[in-house]
Amino acid sequence: MNPTATPARRQLHPPPVPASPFPYHPGSLLSAQDLTLDGVSHILARATVLESQDPLARCRILAKRRVALLFYESSTRTRTSFELAAKGLGADTTLVSSLSSSIEKGETLKDTGLTLRALGAEAIILRHNSSGAAWLLESETRLPVLNAGDGMHEHPTQALLDLRTMLAHLRPGTETLTPETLAGVTVTIVGDILHSRVARSNMVLLPRLGARVLLCGPKELLPELAAQAGPGIAVERDFNAALHQSQAVMMLRIQAERLAGQQLDLEEYKANYQLHGPRLAAHAPTAIVLHPGPIIRGLEVTAGVADGPQSVILEQVRNGVAIRMAVVERALTASQQGGRA
Amino acid sequence: MTALVIRGGHLIDPAAGIDSLKDVLLKDGRVAEIAAPGKLKPADGAEVLDATGLTVAPGLIDMHVHLREPGQGYKETIATGTAAAAAGGFTSAAAMPNTAPVNDSPEVTRWMLAPERGAVIRVFPIAAATRGSKGETINDFAALKSAGAVAVSDDGLPILKDSVMRETLAAAARVGLSVIQHAEDTRLTQVGGKNASMNLGPTSFRLGLRGWPNEAESGIVERDIRLVSELRDARAHLHVAHTSTAAALNAVRQARRNGLRVTCEVAPHHFLLTDEHVGFYDTNAKMCPPLRAAADRDAMIEAILDGVVDAIATDHAPHAVHEKEVEFENAPNGITGLETAFGLCLHWLHKEWKMPLGRVLSLLSAQPAALLNLKGRGTLAVGSFADVVIFDPRAEWTYNARQTKSKSRNTPFDGWKMQGKVRWTISEGRIAYKSEV
Repeated sequence: MNPTATPARRQLHPPPVPASPFPYHPGSLLSAQDLTLDGVSHILARATVLESQDPLARCRILAKRRVALLFYESSTRTRTSFELAAKGLGADTTLVSSLSSSIEKGETLKDTGLTLRALGAEAIILRHNSSGAAWLLESETRLPVLNAGDGMHEHPTQALLDLRTMLAHLRPGTETLTPETLAGVTVTIVGDILHSRVARSNMVLLPRLGARVLLCGPKELLPELAAQAGPGIAVERDFNAALHQSQAVMMLRIQAERLAGQQLDLEEYKANYQLHGPRLAAHAPTAIVLHPGPIIRGLEVTAGVADGPQSVILEQVRNGVAIRMAVVERALTASQQGGRA
Repeated sequence: MTALVIRGGHLIDPAAGIDSLKDVLLKDGRVAEIAAPGKLKPADGAEVLDATGLTVAPGLIDMHVHLREPGQGYKETIATGTAAAAAGGFTSAAAMPNTAPVNDSPEVTRWMLAPERGAVIRVFPIAAATRGSKGETINDFAALKSAGAVAVSDDGLPILKDSVMRETLAAAARVGLSVIQHAEDTRLTQVGGKNASMNLGPTSFRLGLRGWPNEAESGIVERDIRLVSELRDARAHLHVAHTSTAAALNAVRQARRNGLRVTCEVAPHHFLLTDEHVGFYDTNAKMCPPLRAAADRDAMIEAILDGVVDAIATDHAPHAVHEKEVEFENAPNGITGLETAFGLCLHWLHKEWKMPLGRVLSLLSAQPAALLNLKGRGTLAVGSFADVVIFDPRAEWTYNARQTKSKSRNTPFDGWKMQGKVRWTISEGRIAYKSEV
């Protein structure tokens, strides 16, 4: 039985879907979708300026401003780079993590956010295990909120640092982004797409620059409907075929903590989706290899590839600090009155 | 008891086949007389309601509400829930048993019906089908029925096991009660201890939320229909609660063609909203079953207009503000609906989609009365209970959730345009609600 088979006999006009639920703070970065291409260009340009600036001059930009890092999940790269970024601009930072705070005693995200605001936080960087948590925090505090990863949803600063890394290799010298900047580029994202906020942020950002995004992985980790997530996105289950078309390949970790009872045959997974030297040499000898980390060596990627000449994984980490300086600066200098894309 | 005269109104009583100007005399909680305008003998001391320009109809019946008592009075009480119901034009509400404790005993059923609860309209408890609604051991339906239960259901949870559902259908049929199924195959919606929190589809993928597949509903409905057909001689009555998928509706449609007693209800949010209304994690758009894809929503509208749907029911599910101000996946399921259902039905079904007013009223009164076997309700024929709604069908207004009579205001319809303003709600001859204007 096909429920859509019945032709509509009447012209019905059901209630429309409302556009945006509330005006965000213009300094917030909740989703990669929220940024205009000009906005992305500006962040990339500021990252370059701030990165090369004299540290003593740079730390006057946000001298003694207060930034809170609120982390409900463990993190190495994101937390450290956000902290270094904020401190590099002179801001005072404080870290609240779920295991060493009143969150353990049952305090809600709303109350934690209001408490941080009362303590003088001017922006909150949030990492949370629930999709959408950043929207809740923003609507309750009305502070600029930087989404440092919300559940399986988005991780917009990761997409920005991935973009900076890709541009440096594939489109060096780019200053202003256009819908054609990455025309002709295919980026393959491989592995646990279902649970990946990195994939979702890249999927909404890269096609807007003209890139084609291929999603690759087994059905358990990549549902067919992922291809409907937006324009310029397709599913290709054959990893070799996907590699063959790609100028960049982004490997993802299997998120065992989110598998929720699903069983996955890891040996079969490795046979089909592990990126190893011979496969890379045979199908994508010039592509760059990205990975948002943490890497599980020997599972999704071999040590040889992770440490090899096509790997840009540590460049991504370095770019994280520069991008996050630009995003923290934006959070604390964007005008509250200003409109928003 | 004093008498009440409703003068000058346009009486629409689909069950009695009346659609004209009539005066109505209510006396001793019953409809005493219906007469052409001006022809009623003035009764001594009768209060007169001037219904000129207004429509008079049988009080509305909501066959699916959560009044939260006993046990969850911070969300709603029987007093506040029935006050909200009366404001929405309802004179009867069937209360689901997922309270604390679960209404699986005559004691709880009687407690809910006690005058101390302060109900301003008639409450009809629906008792749990199984002990604690755990889906294992069947309750004593005869005892529950004599205590006042009008149907059995484990609503909030499905009766999942084939053997238990078969036994429930057979036992309920023996005492003349309907079985109301919450059709959710929890083996598909609760995977590895994680609950799906919205419809499975491109939107759930985009938002990174675990999705509830349509098959989790339709699979249970199809299984239940098979059980009803196996029990054909028992004349079991299966009623599908809050139907949300085209596939489930198709199964109901087919079962009816096969002569089975299978009925269904649809909630206003399922014929008005889609999963895209979740927007950016709006917990007031989170309920169970979830808002579905546009194709399913459109199928609900078609099935209502085509007469496959037997009743509109709200699934009124109040939750305290603090319970909904949390991460989407941690928020409880459910939205309020008693004050918005009628205004939404009149605006969308009647005004926008041209469903005759009598049919809209029937879906909200005569038809649910028949499904729950509520004798003397859902009609204003002489001798019926004096359950009446008097409303201005032309009035347009905007719903303001902050002014609700419910204890909770978890609704996605805050600020929505409504059609038809309730002026008086009369429950068994007593005015249960009177609008301020």
